[in-house]
Amino acid sequence: MATRGRSSFCRSLPELELLLLVILVLLNGTVLSLEAASSSEIHTGEGNNTSKKPFPVIGIMYDDVSVPFEISLWVLLASLMKLGFHLIPRLSNVVPESCLLISVGLLVGGILKLARDEVPPVLSDRIFFLCLLPPIILDAGYFLPIRPFVENIGTILMFAVVGTLWNAFFVGGLIYGVCQLAQDKYSEINLGNIGILPCLLFGSIISAVDPVAVLAVFEEIHINELLHILVFGESLLNDAVTVVLYHLFEEFMESGLVSAVDAILGLVSFLIVALGGVLVGAFYGILAAFTSRFTSHTRVIEPLFVFLYSYMAYLSAEVFHLSGIMSLIACGAVMRPYVEANISHKSHTTIKYFLKMWSSVSETLIFIFLGVATVDGEHHWDWIFITATLILCLVARVIGVVGLTFVINNFRIVKLTTKDQFIIAYGGLRGAIAFSLGFLLHTDHKKIFLTAIITVIFFTVFVQGMTIKPLVELLAVKKKHEAKRSINEEIHTRFLDHLLTGIEDICGHYGHHHWKNKLNRFNKKYVKKILIAGDRCKEPQLIAFYHKLEMKHAIRMVESGGGSKLNSSFPSTVSMQNIQPKIQSPPSARPAERALPQLTKGREEEIRQILRTNLQRTRQRLQSYNRHTLVVDPDEEGFDDLILKKRRMMELDWKIKEMTNYLTVPHAQGSPTMSRTRMASDSQAYVKPGAKGVPSIQIDLASPQSPDSVRLLDEVGHDQGLTMSLPSSSSRAYKTGGKDDDRDHQKLLRCLSDPGPSADEDEDEPIPT
Amino acid sequence: MGALKSTPDPIEYADLSEKTGFSLKQIRVLHKRFRELSDGDDVLRREHLRCISSLKYNPIRVEIIEAFFNRRNFSPSHQGSADEIGFEEFLVVMSHFRPPSPKITDEQRKNIRREKLQFIFNMHDSDGDGLVTLEDYRHVVEELLSRSGALGKETARAIADAAMFEVARTVGHKDPNEFYEGITFEHFLKLLSNFDIESRMNIRFLKSDVNPFCQLCC
Repeated sequence: MATRGRSSFCRSLPELELLLLVILVLLNGTVLSLEAASSSEIHTGEGNNTSKKPFPVIGIMYDDVSVPFEISLWVLLASLMKLGFHLIPRLSNVVPESCLLISVGLLVGGILKLARDEVPPVLSDRIFFLCLLPPIILDAGYFLPIRPFVENIGTILMFAVVGTLWNAFFVGGLIYGVCQLAQDKYSEINLGNIGILPCLLFGSIISAVDPVAVLAVFEEIHINELLHILVFGESLLNDAVTVVLYHLFEEFMESGLVSAVDAILGLVSFLIVALGGVLVGAFYGILAAFTSRFTSHTRVIEPLFVFLYSYMAYLSAEVFHLSGIMSLIACGAVMRPYVEANISHKSHTTIKYFLKMWSSVSETLIFIFLGVATVDGEHHWDWIFITATLILCLVARVIGVVGLTFVINNFRIVKLTTKDQFIIAYGGLRGAIAFSLGFLLHTDHKKIFLTAIITVIFFTVFVQGMTIKPLVELLAVKKKHEAKRSINEEIHTRFLDHLLTGIEDICGHYGHHHWKNKLNRFNKKYVKKILIAGDRCKEPQLIAFYHKLEMKHAIRMVESGGGSKLNSSFPSTVSMQNIQPKIQSPPSARPAERALPQLTKGREEEIRQILRTNLQRTRQRLQSYNRHTLVVDPDEEGFDDLILKKRRMMELDWKIKEMTNYLTVPHAQGSPTMSRTRMASDSQAYVKPGAKGVPSIQIDLASPQSPDSVRLLDEVGHDQGLTMSLPSSSSRAYKTGGKDDDRDHQKLLRCLSDPGPSADEDEDEPIPT
Repeated sequence: MGALKSTPDPIEYADLSEKTGFSLKQIRVLHKRFRELSDGDDVLRREHLRCISSLKYNPIRVEIIEAFFNRRNFSPSHQGSADEIGFEEFLVVMSHFRPPSPKITDEQRKNIRREKLQFIFNMHDSDGDGLVTLEDYRHVVEELLSRSGALGKETARAIADAAMFEVARTVGHKDPNEFYEGITFEHFLKLLSNFDIESRMNIRFLKSDVNPFCQLCC
């Protein structure tokens, strides 16, 4: 009964959504018309000054709050839409979110137009470039997987620069040819009037792959990291090319002449735009890192620094007509390793969640506005022009990708296969950036250009967006490894780095491993000392990785601690006792037996069952090194002994920390946005139950009154939380020095003060040691 | 073993090229480097490799140098280690780092993977008994962290322990009475099954001479 009622409720929720949507839109409409009405009222009021109006008990003062009110309405609409889509699972599997959002935008635009015969100009370029785009780019830049990005930087640059140039000139040039061929002096807009420069300008706008659209679609298809980073990196870096080409052609159109000098200047300008953007971003990134070094007393505003410096980087770059996107990416990527070493765990979580939230809302708004603006704009549909544009774009992309891959494969170790090339070509989606740039045009042919741009955008987002997922399945393209980044893999990654550097040295040539190594050493020796506070600067990456893993699991353990204090008390005790012999004797020795009574199989099972529901993991662990499972005696002396032992064991904190390694978190795939909010684009640490590499302890409670014993231990374990014992015990166990303890203490406090969200995965730190 | 004539002989190069897969140009370059390293000798000794100054900063340089003299890397059936190697052995060791050609079958890819992983396994397994014990692994991690000073020691132990547990877990040690001595090569393969080593463990070998920036200190 209950379930059926629930499902029917859920089914009605999308209908509720639609209802809500209609209400919102009507509200919007009425509110806006009220605004018009109230303004007219004021005029009439001023007319008869003589009659005294009664004191207005209730009035409508919409003017003052109109702008924020409307903004909030739109954002609310966007968020509700997002909510609605994920309640309809089948729909979101088939149709990518971007398509749905554009459709909603179209719907809303249509309703507004019908209601008021006018649509608010929502996708103005200022709003887009200053408010909607930066969060998305910052999110992408901050969580950019640096290692694959840098490894493939050559390929990415080739695609971004040469590919975009090729696209622009090919499309621009050929569309001019088509226009000339198809000119019809008697049609409304004579195609033949479109000069070569406007065509080239149009080509440059439409040739750029759009990061927003790529992110939106690729997020859902989970292809392997290489392809993802290639297409995504290209979409980010081609901004520089687009900016330069756009301004170049605009200038040329103003002046009317093109000379060779101008062309060379254009090239120079490209270098300046790209490198300048990166430098500006890096500068702000270093500033942010440096500032974060001193924020240990004002943890609350740490995220603010990150956001402000990044936004300033973007705006500063825009001031000088440099590439704002590249500046933002550089800022995020540069500041991340240092800032993360300095800020508290809470701030880290805040930054992550705010970025994800803003970028998510931005993206939704962009797509909705795209739909609305489509309804609004003045269009001129010219079959020839538009179909020619579409075909040329596709052809140009394919030729470009194939040609470039042919050249690039000579320099790559891991060559790009045909399948890869297809996905790269197919993934070249256009999006809102092209639209906004088109909006900014001043030419006479703006209408036809805009229509063509919108058509291409719609085509790529709808057709290519919807079909790419089945195509990926069909072609059996390698998908993303969802495996957890195990500690063995991490060790071997480091090992391989050093090995390859060594072999390069022996070979005698300075390959990129050598330079990478030099950069790392420089970073460690100088940069980290300046930018990272305290002792964290010395921590090599392997240790950092290990500690992160531990902290994550400690947090999870604390979070789950509500379920059973058993967690905290038993593992430690058991681990102590199990590890003690290991420390004392090498694994080759047979460990001593424990004189404790054995259990019957049935009882064991029962108890195991109880424990499983309480503990998050009950996997076999030290069986490998210690052949006995600890069996606890249920009688009173047993318990007292246990408690005493526990108190002693608590002092061996290192192994407690080690225990916290071995918790798993159920990994729920969820929707792309959910997975984006949960984990940054990384497969590094999905920890699935049942995954390998999660050693754990098997505890057999030999007690018929297991619930009671659990409760008793609950009380016992209550005041001594697992993790609190850290500072006191470290000194006894290991002689790593006082500084370590403080740091560990601080680290643990940092992470304990905020249980935070469940998954806290990280990319590689950009500059591994 | 197989000392070569001091002047390059195209016929022998062709043999080597077939055996190791390098192109003739690459072999020529590598031979030149070999002679540079060995001071004109026909055989290379450990001291020669220790002389390379840029290796000084490498935390695992001892293992790398050892790998050149480990007979198991010359061919699977050999055992023990040599004191000096000739150019052929040098090439064979280097060939482990050759990138695989793009059009290879799955079978070939698996073989290449095995070879590369075997190389790394041999580097871990210092006593050559075919097992990487906890001590061996601890040593590896300690070396990796050796450049980071004192704080590495205990963490290294903890990390190595955690890693060994993971291995044991991966190979499915469910039997509590089974004693886990160490990682065998098969376990090692299974452990790194997600690690795409065939595309990562590669060096770009030059086809033409390179300027001698890389100084030797002696």
